[in-house]
Amino acid sequence: MTDQSVRAHPTATSSHRLQAQPGEVIDRTRSLRFTWNGRTFPAHPGDSIVSALAAGGERIFSRSFKYHRPRGILSADYHDPGTILQVDDEPNVRAAHRPVTDGIAVSSQNTWPSLRYDVKAANQLVGRFLAPGFYYKTFIKPERLWPAYEKVLARFAHAGRISPDTPHGYYDKRYAHPDVLVAGGGPAGMSAALAAARAGAGVLLVEEEHQLGGHLRRGGPDELAVLAELRAAVAAEPGIEVLTNSVALARYDDNWVPVVQRGLPGIPERLVKARVGTLVVAPGLIERPYVFAGNDVPGVMLSTAVRRLINLYAVRPGERAVVLTANAEGDAAAQDLRRAGVDVAAVVDARRGEDVVRVHGRSGVRAVELADGRKIEADLLVTATGWTAPTSLLNQSGARPVYLPRAARFTPGDGLPDEVMVAGGIAGDGDLDRLRTHAEAVGAEAARRAVVRRHAKLTAVPTRAGEAPAAPDGQPVAIPELGFDAHPELFRGRTHGMVDFSEDVSSKDIHSAVREGYDSVELLKRYTTVTMGPAQGKLETVNAVAVLAEATGSTIAETGTTVWRPMYTPPTLGALAGRIFEPVRHSPMQPAHDRLGAAPLVAGQWIRPDHYGDPAAEVRAVREAVGIIDVTPIGKLDLRGPDIPELLNLLYVNKWSKLEIGRVRYGVMCAEDGVVFDDGVTGRLADDHYLMSTTSSGAGAVWEWVENWLQTEHSPESATPWKVHVTPVTTAYASINVAGPRSRELMGRLVSGVDLSDEAFGYMNVRTGRVAGVDDCVLWRIGFTGELSYEVHVPAGYGLHVWEALLEHGRDLGVRPFGVEAQRILRLEKGHFIVGQDTDGLTKAYGAGLDPLVKLDKPDFVGKPELAWQHEHGAPSRLVGLQLVDGAVVPPEASQIVAARSDSGAYIGSGSAIRGRVTSSRMSPTLNRSVCLAQLDADLAEPGTTVTVRLPDGRHLPARVTEHHAHVDPAGERLRADAGVQVGPARDCGTPAARTALAPTGELPATVDGSGSLRITDAGPLAKVLVRAPHDGAIAAAIGVRFGRAARDADGALVVGSGPGEWLVLGGADGRDELVARLERLTDQPGEFASVVDLTHGRALLRLHGAATAAALAKVCAIDLSDDVTPNGAALRTSVAKVVTDVVRDDADGVPGYLLHCERSSGRYLFDALLDAGAEFGMDLDAHPMTTS
Amino acid sequence: MIQLPCPWCGPRNVAEFRYSGEVTPRPDPATATPEQWRDYLYIRRNPSGWVDETWYHGTGCRRFIRVSRHTVSNEARPAVRTGTTAPVDVTSTDSGAPDAGGAR
Ligand SMILES: [Zn+2]
Repeated sequence: MTDQSVRAHPTATSSHRLQAQPGEVIDRTRSLRFTWNGRTFPAHPGDSIVSALAAGGERIFSRSFKYHRPRGILSADYHDPGTILQVDDEPNVRAAHRPVTDGIAVSSQNTWPSLRYDVKAANQLVGRFLAPGFYYKTFIKPERLWPAYEKVLARFAHAGRISPDTPHGYYDKRYAHPDVLVAGGGPAGMSAALAAARAGAGVLLVEEEHQLGGHLRRGGPDELAVLAELRAAVAAEPGIEVLTNSVALARYDDNWVPVVQRGLPGIPERLVKARVGTLVVAPGLIERPYVFAGNDVPGVMLSTAVRRLINLYAVRPGERAVVLTANAEGDAAAQDLRRAGVDVAAVVDARRGEDVVRVHGRSGVRAVELADGRKIEADLLVTATGWTAPTSLLNQSGARPVYLPRAARFTPGDGLPDEVMVAGGIAGDGDLDRLRTHAEAVGAEAARRAVVRRHAKLTAVPTRAGEAPAAPDGQPVAIPELGFDAHPELFRGRTHGMVDFSEDVSSKDIHSAVREGYDSVELLKRYTTVTMGPAQGKLETVNAVAVLAEATGSTIAETGTTVWRPMYTPPTLGALAGRIFEPVRHSPMQPAHDRLGAAPLVAGQWIRPDHYGDPAAEVRAVREAVGIIDVTPIGKLDLRGPDIPELLNLLYVNKWSKLEIGRVRYGVMCAEDGVVFDDGVTGRLADDHYLMSTTSSGAGAVWEWVENWLQTEHSPESATPWKVHVTPVTTAYASINVAGPRSRELMGRLVSGVDLSDEAFGYMNVRTGRVAGVDDCVLWRIGFTGELSYEVHVPAGYGLHVWEALLEHGRDLGVRPFGVEAQRILRLEKGHFIVGQDTDGLTKAYGAGLDPLVKLDKPDFVGKPELAWQHEHGAPSRLVGLQLVDGAVVPPEASQIVAARSDSGAYIGSGSAIRGRVTSSRMSPTLNRSVCLAQLDADLAEPGTTVTVRLPDGRHLPARVTEHHAHVDPAGERLRADAGVQVGPARDCGTPAARTALAPTGELPATVDGSGSLRITDAGPLAKVLVRAPHDGAIAAAIGVRFGRAARDADGALVVGSGPGEWLVLGGADGRDELVARLERLTDQPGEFASVVDLTHGRALLRLHGAATAAALAKVCAIDLSDDVTPNGAALRTSVAKVVTDVVRDDADGVPGYLLHCERSSGRYLFDALLDAGAEFGMDLDAHPMTTS
Repeated sequence: MIQLPCPWCGPRNVAEFRYSGEVTPRPDPATATPEQWRDYLYIRRNPSGWVDETWYHGTGCRRFIRVSRHTVSNEARPAVRTGTTAPVDVTSTDSGAPDAGGAR
């Protein structure tokens, strides 16, 4: 098409559109316009892109993959290989499936310069380069040309164009838990769905096309009558949810079935992850092309394609047709053609041995040559030569398809598990009534099996109300046998033609591959790429197997077939990614960091201030005056119970038996293989009450590690039961380290109730008291930075208040906030190692230089045997302090240490061997030179040894092992410094205001419009108290709520059975102290070990209320929220948008409601994720937080 | 995604659990030889068949549980709460757990 002709014919007409057809899906009362390669075409709503183009007389839609042969309509459905087009920014659109929308710009792919004059069609003349296996043969050597080969290959590919400016679509995800999922919405699928729903099952009916009906849609009056009846019945059945334009993509273990749902408003694709009770596979049959010379010339179509064009879209597919038919579908196609006014020049009946030999024509069919020698002028050849059973989901369920020569197709075969069944044409043949009767039996039996499974699930979950219901007693439903009708075996005719239309693999190619030795189906597939194109074998697999059988002289049954792997049809990567759930954690001081212009650092899930503009200045402030850093992510575990010293002695390498109240101690944990696992300080707050700190990144692992020991080796039922309860309180406290020589002065202005003098509150001590008017703060006197410092743990809701008070009241002292970077410099100057930075997965305690800490005289501790062994044999490498001789150079971390020489200059070891690496390095603002920590082979680790550091730029620089890990103040005088200044008295810092996780500054975003079907309320102010006690003892009986359930007690508090032996009690915002006291009284039972921990500040809590709550939660939560499994009063813990969340069903006034409860730091993220999930239902936000439960 | 039958929570997606390996008894560190200790650390049966495993239901009840799982079919028998003394019964085939897969 030239530019001139575009101007001459600005708009095409629907010259091939027929009069109204009884089953047509187009809406003739409305018209749309779109462009095709720049030319405007009309369409009606309901038209596919291809049907509208065909109505306008278009016959060529693409060029083939290798030979760039013109291609037209073959199957006129989603799988049509020749009609994959570019639509606006979107490449690879299945245009025979995609409906036209107004104004879209459609263009062909893989053509240059135009569809009709394609220069690459010259490949047909140089086909010898593109013979089977050409990928493996042609582009091998020389290797330096590989980039050029890639460019050549890319130009042959089908790929469309992707614009980097394309906006991200909203790709959605949700979970579903249907009792029965029916894959395929034809007559069998609809009948099975109806029978299943009537037997009490919840049914998800999934149909690839835009409407239910399957082959009935392209049928005559009888079929259309049945279609109307079935559609009406499905629509009237409340137990059936219908997803059209959707595909069950795969079947995985335990009936996990991903379904892609397309074309939702504003959502390009949604992935439904379905956990299915019984899967009913009813995809129908796919018509198979016939292999002969010219079978890919535009104008050669399948009979189903012709019937779809005429009956669904009222498009006349040609003027003069030859019909090759071996079955009723072909006969019906001939009738449809005649009715559509097409001149049917010949009906070639394969059942009588008649055959087609070849098609003449290049860009379109001109004539058809028959086996009897006749050559008939025609522009259309219709073939109806047999069916392929799309056994994809059955293969993935364990079935091996079996070839049945009499029926000329594969049958499902044996091996299906109980939870997968088949219905419709894939299961066998029969008239419509017989197939419906069979499908109804399958549906009823599928429902029966699903109900048994649902009952087993109900029995297993603790969330159900009351006792499990009685077991269902339904008897198995007898399923009638379906036979298979005889069908002639027609695969390849008397000439060679295309087998794989997507990959341009011909029957001749398969013969030559067999001659080269690729004579098994799996080898053939990979060598020729047959069945590996966009159609993924749906059209071509059986023909490929048949041609292979013919070439090897064996039968199809002997040849076998390849197994269909997921996905059945390709979903977009966007659909697979779904909503991106990447939880982030914020400290309560985040609003202050934002205001101070902090550069954010992503550390695990935490967003932390890396610095506030000048890390070196922050370091100097700490060394010379005072700095404050937000260390909220430091892991904190609340330990209660009499056996804590036993636990600490087991987990830490050092000794813990004699830690006095008010003291803290540093400890290191190793794994059972002796490798350093975590470190931190633990302090004793009271007799049976300790607070353990861990590294930020190790908080979760240490908690799990503690639980592991308490639940297995030392569980209450074990021979050595330990009475210890561990509760993570990392985000219950906002943690601030106040460091520097003037930190005591600053603390004195804020702290009351604690004597801060060195005599009263010395190094490595812990106190509790009031800071800036906030009670119950925990103060450690420790020193990671090497300075006099206090770590203040504030009930998290008050964190922002205390942070701001510190900055305000320390202004004249020169206080500065400092970030993670300054802290890393400070600790490196001080020589403190970081687990995972200065140690790796092989560094055992001695290798980290922890010799004085490890107490091998303890009877047992985790990792002791390996450490004893290492103590005896020596650590292979050691952590050392290291300084480059040239202090101006900072060697990048991970720089290699390659060779070494002694002080006398003699080299030790071989010159190029890697002998270690720099693990940490920074420029020290205090020393004005670079400082490092390094791992070095043990023989080089002596202080004073000179080693060689190899920089990434190739320079080799000498460096010296230092006396200590510490570069600054190795004697540790600064952190014990007592400046002798006047301390206190505490100033009035105003009345502290507690903030919730959702509203860290006290404000919630205002999005209330009162029209939504969902309402979200911040319940953060409620008192939240955690109770631990034996799950089956007297205390549990007194509490009266079991695991998995929630109920309000006599005082109106909501008691949630949140875990085995664990209750979360939610009370009014003002009654926290009474609630704690009441629960302490309740749990004070002789002989039972119990604990009560106030988590009011440690958790985010919100309430979701409204008719759409379950639907919204299904987008972020994989749990079955149906009324039997998760009824009112159900309590469970699971993942919500990838955050571990307690979910409590708490209806009000008969309207569903849920309380969601997670760690405080994840609260804001969870809130945002729920706003996103609820947006499509309309979401109102309560301006006022809840204060009573 | 397979499901695991949590003895506390009922069947849950396996992504909610952390695999903690085959059940491996800890030798007495006071008497174990280095070889015995390293067997405990590193050597696993890894059978093609039934194996007793420890899983941690971190996104649920936060309990360590014992699951008897078939490594070929992924079939899981009803799991056992750790801390109880009940042994994992590997002879039972009467799997009442939903979605346990059945014999394949
Ligand atoms: Zn569980």
